[in-house]
Amino acid sequence: MIRLDELAFGHGRVAIGSKMSLSVHAGEVLAVLGPNGVGKTTLFRTILGLQRPLAGRVLVDGTDLAQCSRSEIASKIAYVPQAHGTLFPFRALDIVVMGRASRLTAFQQPGRRDRDLAFEAMARLGIQSLAHRPYTEISGGERQLVLIARALAQEASFLVLDEPTANLDYGHQFQVLEQIRLLAAGGKGILLSTHNPDHAFFVADRAALMAGGSIVDVGEPQQVLTPAALRSVFGVDVVVGKIEGSAHLTCAPARIGGAPQD
Amino acid sequence: MGETGAADRPARMRAAAAYGLAAALLTIVVLVALSVGKFPVSPGTTFAILWNGIAGTAKDLDPTLGNVIWNVRLPRVMAGLCVGAVLAAAGASYQGVFRNPLVSPDILGVSAGASLGAVLGIFLSLPVLAIQGLGFIGGLFALGVVYAVGLAVRGRDPVLTLVLAGMAIAALLAAGISLLKILADPYDQLPAITYWLLGSLASVTNGDLLLVVPSLVLGVAVLHLLRWRINLLSLGDDEARALGVETRLLRPALIVAATLITSASVSISGVIGWIGLVIPHMARMLVGPDFRVLLPASLFLGAAFLVVIDTVARTVSTVEVPLGILTAVIGAPFFLALLATGRTGWS
Repeated sequence: MIRLDELAFGHGRVAIGSKMSLSVHAGEVLAVLGPNGVGKTTLFRTILGLQRPLAGRVLVDGTDLAQCSRSEIASKIAYVPQAHGTLFPFRALDIVVMGRASRLTAFQQPGRRDRDLAFEAMARLGIQSLAHRPYTEISGGERQLVLIARALAQEASFLVLDEPTANLDYGHQFQVLEQIRLLAAGGKGILLSTHNPDHAFFVADRAALMAGGSIVDVGEPQQVLTPAALRSVFGVDVVVGKIEGSAHLTCAPARIGGAPQD
Repeated sequence: MGETGAADRPARMRAAAAYGLAAALLTIVVLVALSVGKFPVSPGTTFAILWNGIAGTAKDLDPTLGNVIWNVRLPRVMAGLCVGAVLAAAGASYQGVFRNPLVSPDILGVSAGASLGAVLGIFLSLPVLAIQGLGFIGGLFALGVVYAVGLAVRGRDPVLTLVLAGMAIAALLAAGISLLKILADPYDQLPAITYWLLGSLASVTNGDLLLVVPSLVLGVAVLHLLRWRINLLSLGDDEARALGVETRLLRPALIVAATLITSASVSISGVIGWIGLVIPHMARMLVGPDFRVLLPASLFLGAAFLVVIDTVARTVSTVEVPLGILTAVIGAPFFLALLATGRTGWS
């Protein structure tokens, strides 16, 4: 379990968020929603130990991350950044093997076992055919899956994903979310951020709504992401309901007070 | 996993074949370089002379030729191998560490800083070891300033910022070098400084080589040990750290190692530009971006390239052409071509 204990985070001495308590359990997906600039990325960076908490603690299975080395943190929590370009055209498999860094000493090179584990992680996501393709030449959705495979090769119990569906085409968004759900079903604890309430309804066991540097509400998505809550946080009038044939709730702009149709 | 295993074996055989081919090519380059010059000999004779020197099975060999090859050409060719190899390795490392495909020892101002340090050493008539030390301090100082400027200027294209900062700092250091040239003794020190600034392997002795080889071996050993981790650094700081890499130790370690070998090589050969930029790109085109193969490929190509260039420099005309001139003629167009074709390889 990742537990945030009265956590305050921010840049330098300026706190963006404070007194934040939240936990992510093994086997669940927790989706964080909130307007841009509310501090989701800073919160995630603090949880990953990339910046120090201004106050409070981040505990992973009872261990305070402030006491851990970089490789100890990496063996507990894996980070999946937004699909990006890399500088050099590494093969996708080479990128996934990089997930093994925390399991190797500084002068050690990844061996056969590390390559096998990396390949296994790719196979688990159904992308083994990408293994020998240059990472720079595959699509954004494929890159996102490669980065998730890298997090799996890292063998951490928790995954932190920063807007994993941003910049992906419609089909890949749901392909990535589906894989995230399978990973949680397999026992991983997953913390992700998203701008789309539909994605929270689709993938998350719990949703947390962030505004003004604190968690406004956390709980089951349909109880947290209500039209009233979405209106107060995002300032838009929405309706939430189930479209016939769908297993999940969907969020859509309300007619009243909405922008004129074109 | 069958598939990775199956893909492994041909890869390993390919690697073995590539190393064999590289070693064979390098041997041929060295033999030819030792054979041509004002006293041309056949490669066979060269080999016989070398073998005689090692095994001592004296036959009727010309002792003058033996002297030419052992004491004149061999130190020079060895210096060419070492300097070319480490400049290319340093360039490949800087490109990975700074996440910037357009940087190299000369562009980051390391060469200029090392030059200023070494020229100061010549100006003060210091021994070789002190010149080397001053060169190292100068190189590290210049790199530190350029990197600090790159960190301070935020919100601009970081690739461009680093390149431009490096050029500005290099220009400033060049002004310092010019000042020392004016102050230097015009009959004794000035020719040495000028010739040295254009880059030359002509005056390298076995003694010079022995002095710098430990620094070169140490620096390359560090790069070799950390060869896989350089790949991770090229992902960027946050990602590398989240993967468990202590970037705050790794980055300085690599920078110091690359700067050590650059400065050490500059202290015996003077400034030989462009190799650190051009060779890593050629190597990357041949073997891909994985530093585990890019490092040996850069070392090999850099060594072969500089020995070939140096052989051309001393045989093409009666007056020896300074190396810096030849590498600039090849390197500058290459750099412009990289800028023009831009994003293809790395975005």
